[in-house]
Amino acid sequence: MSENLKRLETPLARVRGFGSAKNGTHHWWMQRATSIGLLPLTLWFAFSIAARAGSPWEVMAEWIARPFNAVLLIVLISVGFYHTASGLQVVVEDYIRPDRSVMAINLAIKAVLTLLGLLAVLSVIRLAV
Amino acid sequence: MAHSNDAREAVMIGRRTDGTIIRRPLSPHLQVYDMLQMTSALSIMHRITGSAWAVGLIFLVWFLAATAAGPEAYARMQWFMGSFFGVILLFGITVAAWYHTLAGIRHLMWDYGYGYDIPTTYRTGWMVIIGTGVMTILTWIVAIIAWAS
Repeated sequence: MSENLKRLETPLARVRGFGSAKNGTHHWWMQRATSIGLLPLTLWFAFSIAARAGSPWEVMAEWIARPFNAVLLIVLISVGFYHTASGLQVVVEDYIRPDRSVMAINLAIKAVLTLLGLLAVLSVIRLAV
Repeated sequence: MAHSNDAREAVMIGRRTDGTIIRRPLSPHLQVYDMLQMTSALSIMHRITGSAWAVGLIFLVWFLAATAAGPEAYARMQWFMGSFFGVILLFGITVAAWYHTLAGIRHLMWDYGYGYDIPTTYRTGWMVIIGTGVMTILTWIVAIIAWAS
């Protein structure tokens, strides 16, 4: 508390001084919007892959390469990884302290998810074209 | 009260009715709620399964990258997925994925403004639990039939 008294400012006043980040509603809305999109995509992917469990490489590569499947896979990966990043961000914000750790961990999570997502998309494109 | 530079601490400090200072519990209050209650147990399970599914995405990326890399990489990936450890792992991802999907529908229903009363909350809660079992078994029946043929 000593630091705050030196500033002649209460902790609550400091928080109010920061104001909101102005994009909380957008984050909340995008979580819901992506989740609605992921519903049919998840159903389609889960049963498509289950129906091809144990398939030889030729069968699986040909299935991924079909234009319709390739486009749906790329949409699933993009929307799925975006949804994962925004979900993990909320978990980190709720349980991790202090602020600078939250920022560092969220940046690290987004970096890893971006790399993995691009790797997955590139794999689909490589098979499709 | 311990000193902290985190500005968010300001709203986390409260007072009891007798005036003594107390640190408020963190969201979603694992220290306060009875976790054997269905409402709070299903709520934290949504986060746990979401986080588990996020880790499980590594296997989606491996599956796609191995298929793109060629038949040998695909065979190595397939060997792992068919091994004892791989099957347990895939089964766990299936359970987490269906739970998170069905509980997600429940959350969307709440966002739309429906189902806040206690009887409906319990009814939809059971629907999520039973639905997770049904969808997981259905997915694996399809997978086992495909595998065997």
